[in-house]
Amino acid sequence: MASLIAGGVDCDVHPAVPHLTSLLPYLNDYWRDQVTTRGMVDLVSQSYPANSPMTVRPDWRPESGKPGESLADMQRHVLDPFQLDLAVCNPLYGVQMVFSEDMQAAFCRALNDWLVKEWLDRDARLRGAIVIPTQSVDKAVAELERCAQDRRFVQVLMLVMGDTPLGKRALWPIYEAAERLDLPIGIHAGSAYHNPPTAVGWGSYHIEDYVGQAQAFQTQLTSLIVEGVFAKYPRLKMVMLESGVSWISPYLWRLHKFWRGVRMETPWVDRAPLDIVRSNIRFSLQPFDAPPDAETLIRLFDHMQSDELVLFSTDYPHWQFDGQDALPEGLSTDLVRKIMIDNPHATYPRLKELPSKEARP
Amino acid sequence: MNIQFREQTESVAPLTVKTAIADCDIHPARATRTELYPYLAKRWQHHLEVYGVHAYQGMMEGPPYPKAQPNASRRDAYPPEGGPQGSSLSFMQKQLLDPNNVQLGVLNPLNTGQGIRNHELSAALCSAINDWQIDKWTSKDKRLKASIVVGNEDGLSAAAEIRERAGDRNFVQVLLLSRNIEPLGQRRYWPIYQAAEEAGLPVGVHAFGFGGNPITPSGWPSYYIEEMVGHSQCQQSALASLVLEGVFERFPKLKMVMIEAGFGWAPSLAWRLDKVWQRLRSEVPHVRRPPSEYIREQVWWTTQPMEDPERREDLFDVIKWIGWDRLLFATDYPHWDYDEPSRVLPAGVSEAHREAFYLGNAKKLYGIS
Repeated sequence: MASLIAGGVDCDVHPAVPHLTSLLPYLNDYWRDQVTTRGMVDLVSQSYPANSPMTVRPDWRPESGKPGESLADMQRHVLDPFQLDLAVCNPLYGVQMVFSEDMQAAFCRALNDWLVKEWLDRDARLRGAIVIPTQSVDKAVAELERCAQDRRFVQVLMLVMGDTPLGKRALWPIYEAAERLDLPIGIHAGSAYHNPPTAVGWGSYHIEDYVGQAQAFQTQLTSLIVEGVFAKYPRLKMVMLESGVSWISPYLWRLHKFWRGVRMETPWVDRAPLDIVRSNIRFSLQPFDAPPDAETLIRLFDHMQSDELVLFSTDYPHWQFDGQDALPEGLSTDLVRKIMIDNPHATYPRLKELPSKEARP
Repeated sequence: MNIQFREQTESVAPLTVKTAIADCDIHPARATRTELYPYLAKRWQHHLEVYGVHAYQGMMEGPPYPKAQPNASRRDAYPPEGGPQGSSLSFMQKQLLDPNNVQLGVLNPLNTGQGIRNHELSAALCSAINDWQIDKWTSKDKRLKASIVVGNEDGLSAAAEIRERAGDRNFVQVLLLSRNIEPLGQRRYWPIYQAAEEAGLPVGVHAFGFGGNPITPSGWPSYYIEEMVGHSQCQQSALASLVLEGVFERFPKLKMVMIEAGFGWAPSLAWRLDKVWQRLRSEVPHVRRPPSEYIREQVWWTTQPMEDPERREDLFDVIKWIGWDRLLFATDYPHWDYDEPSRVLPAGVSEAHREAFYLGNAKKLYGIS
């Protein structure tokens, strides 16, 4: 395996909310009462069943509690041994699954406040992602603007499978606000399950949902590009998180071919899809879905024709690799430095800012 | 890449292709709206006139995402005697089969009896289109072979249609579309695979179809290009379902052909399946081997629309990962995104690979001597 270097940025770690009741201190009286009176249960998405082997690496599985709920474990498992300078926390709590936009907004607000208090305030290496109630664009923008005042929030988080394709114009105020506030949009694997998890319907298995994440990312990239998001917001960056990497080039070859054929349908797409991806889209490293041989890896990176697309991630605590082998075989020293340090810093403008009392609202 | 507009003249200049080729995706069309009526019971003729086909989509006629061109077809492919593109055998011979030296042409009729909510009507229309393929096409030109179109949502009637046609050498495969009510590995479709395996016929899965599901897992997108690009994601999900439901394990002699959805995605999907299967195999104990092994042994791909890298030789890596023995050349005639036989392969391909790609693989798979 290629050697890790100190001072890297892990762009995808997952702190877990222990239980819905953990958010009660962050909810107002009305929602606290709703949760208790109605006997609401924990919001665990079936995208990541707690006992699934994928959800937590065997040697990272805690003796009790949810994988990822302990800061001490995260420090011991990744922050310290990988000698990380910074890590971006992307909470995968199932707030996107509820159907009431009011409830979703209340839970997102509580989740973001919980992240600040329980994680960002307790380890200076941690940075946050703002989880937004996407069902209501007004509420999403308001939550984004509220949290953005804390400069430790470095991105906005959305799921790859939601209510509508992400390029849809109704969502654009979110992108306007994100661009204005120096926040990339992180799009993470997972579904709100408001639509079937594949484009051909409901499969039978958890494994099928997980494999399907890659196809979901592909359809979202198409939507974002052809709707013209990056023509309208050219400074906006989007980061595909836990998306897989090996599909990128062949997918773009297809999109590029059809764009050349039918570009009269979307004349506002002012640059080739390949160029848009190179300037505006990034991908997290894990899961690295390719065979473990250096030759294949070199070809895959060569096909991308860019060393700026991939950002280091462990996907902690999900089981994507063993030991310290987060970097696949065959990466050059230069590319490791780009992936672990340069690319994340180029993507997330807020990472450069030192945490300070003044940065906090 | 695509021929979008070419003046139609009496002397269509033949493009010289030295070797014979197979075209594994040709779309024959009906010249008139009622061309199938002679093959349909009076009841169904009446039904179509009064109620239409009642598909798993809302439009009475035409697609909900308007195509880039009329009938999604080349503007130079209208037959001189009238009718839509692809509806004339003589013009297809003149424009496609003769100049390109097509030795084997596989017919895949679309907009037939599939994706229809009334399953009885679906079965009747499929049987009709199968008779029509023989009468209008394969009996008149021996280079052409038909696909058994089956009522996709009713496995039992589909299997009956396959058994009725089994052994008839006019047919070389069973035809399904990628988009159905459920992912293609689901049990409702197993009778189709069982009958196809018994008949020794590959099952072709052509991009497209209607099953009522949005064409992204986040709902309906806005544009035709999203549907077109999205067919490759549908195909990936359909193939993942076939693997993970254990269809290849249960029907080990079954051969499947992924038609018109590209092939560049295949290595990545197989790698991803393998990696995730190592983690989650306890959920699918019926999948006994790494998914890539089933795919390598039991799946073929037609080439059109070929992925189009900026550096065309990058495609060689992908083809190497899939296997040169697994690709079947196709033009998609008469559709607008037609791949031109003389231009699809970059330079630098060995003679053996070229022959396999253009003809050998198809003859072997479809049992044509």
